[in-house]
Amino acid sequence: MDRYTEQRLFGLLARASAALVVGVLAMVISVTLYRGGRVFLTDPAVMITPPGSRYMLDGGGGFLHAVLGSIFIVVPATAIAILLSLSTAVFLQSDYSSERTSEIINMFLNVLWGTPPIVYGVFVLTVIIAVGAQTSLFFGIIAIAIFQYPIMTRYTDEALRSVPGAVKEASYGLGSTRFETARITIRSALPGIVAGVIIGFARGIGDAATVLFTAGRSTQMPGGLFEPATTLPILIFEQAASFNAEVRAHAYAASFVLIIAVLTLIIASKLLAGKYARFAPGGRHS
Amino acid sequence: MDGQTETEVADSKTLERRLRYERLSRYWLLGAGLFAVALFALIVLTLAHRSIPIVAEHSLIELLTSANWDPAQNEFGFLPAIVGTIYVTILSMAIGTPIAILAAIYIAEYAQGRTKVLVASFIDVLAAIPGVIFGLVGLIVVVPFVGDYLAPAFGSHSIGLGIVTVSLVMAIVVTPFIISLSVESLEALPDELRESSLGVGATKWETIRTVLLRAAGPGIFSAILLGFGRVFGATIVPAMLIGGQTAIPDSPFDAGETLPSLIVNDFGELMSIPLTQSALIFAGLMLLVIVWLFNFGAMFIRRRLQRRWQY
Repeated sequence: MDRYTEQRLFGLLARASAALVVGVLAMVISVTLYRGGRVFLTDPAVMITPPGSRYMLDGGGGFLHAVLGSIFIVVPATAIAILLSLSTAVFLQSDYSSERTSEIINMFLNVLWGTPPIVYGVFVLTVIIAVGAQTSLFFGIIAIAIFQYPIMTRYTDEALRSVPGAVKEASYGLGSTRFETARITIRSALPGIVAGVIIGFARGIGDAATVLFTAGRSTQMPGGLFEPATTLPILIFEQAASFNAEVRAHAYAASFVLIIAVLTLIIASKLLAGKYARFAPGGRHS
Repeated sequence: MDGQTETEVADSKTLERRLRYERLSRYWLLGAGLFAVALFALIVLTLAHRSIPIVAEHSLIELLTSANWDPAQNEFGFLPAIVGTIYVTILSMAIGTPIAILAAIYIAEYAQGRTKVLVASFIDVLAAIPGVIFGLVGLIVVVPFVGDYLAPAFGSHSIGLGIVTVSLVMAIVVTPFIISLSVESLEALPDELRESSLGVGATKWETIRTVLLRAAGPGIFSAILLGFGRVFGATIVPAMLIGGQTAIPDSPFDAGETLPSLIVNDFGELMSIPLTQSALIFAGLMLLVIVWLFNFGAMFIRRRLQRRWQY
């Protein structure tokens, strides 16, 4: 095989691989949209109907409990994670910490970022057992917040890093304290930070492994902060292979709701990051 | 005179308040910075502490080499789950890696303009699709495919759920991840490399193979290692598709169990037996340590790359 044939062959292979990946991923989305949409669009009310008393057996009612559970868990968790990750990222990027300290903390953040969600789930469950509590909304919030923390810190850190040094220098030059300078840095990095927060929110709403043991697999409406709850991914996980077609159909409908929510969030975050990159000082020029 | 002293007083009050915020923020931010380290330490220590009962009862060697998993009979052999995890990891990486790298080459070197932006951001968006969705599509599409076509084609029998099914789906899950990281390290290479290689008469493919892949090699290798960590710790897809059978699989088409799916499948009903609790927490600890090794390797390699190319 001469070098030009080889060149053509591998060029084709690279194109084919990219087409395969895009095709398979498009298939995943369209299967979810089609199978879920067929159930959901014929009866959108399942989303706002509370489950019946024998929900797992006959699929009576709807899955409002999971929708509400997802919202009640992920919204507070995201708030906690924003507070923690923003503080950590500011600490890493500002003059509060030395370069060496930042590097060490970054190493731990990287490790946390790669930690499988199930480990967080097991960790929080261990805590639940230790304090003698039961699975509940509260521990679901904690588990998701821990899961989101490294993800959001990474994006926030990146956004803060892209703020040009001139902003910081100008602020110090006017006599600002480090705290005031940090606030200004945050303001100029805001679009990137918001994009990161949205991605963290989307990841939190889609994750099942962290909440499976911590929020529970309740089939009732969430009763209170210390009562068991469930989320959409758990519902899909539990019901996708059910023998009852009605119960299974609810898993499809829930996956339709979930994929629409996640895709909307991610696309919004990408658009936001792209749109404001031009205006942010020192933003990406590409 | 009077007015001046008043402003002076007000000024010093403002300054005091600003400095108070400054001091407070220092403690708060230091705390936040150390939170990452503390969280990691807390997780490792808690899991290690809770694993002690099982390791004390059955030796570490027994836990890792016994093929008998039957918590009700006080038998805790993790070997089937370990073998299952290794099977799934190697198979899905063997399927996913070549495709991911070729696709990354396409995006970084071949695709141009609008196509490039579209393909790259599509794959980027897809990296955030939740695992349960892949599990569900696996149940709808891949399970019948493996059960009805793939297994018979290999002269094997399968109910559809099993190691091959999980590996196929995990290959789909992990490719976007490897692609994004590989594209990043290919695009970070200086253009001089491409120009001088093409300038001395290499074809585009020769440039990619002999220059770019070698230069970005550590970056791509670290992407693959991170991908390994991803597959290794994947929970929901294996739990939905592997069939849940704690015996050492005879063929890749058999049902099996991975460490994470073992945790998911056995936790609910067996939480009442303290030793089982400890055993499953031990499984979590094993996961953490192994994924940690993968990540550490990836970090080390990437740091070497950065030193070499100084970008």
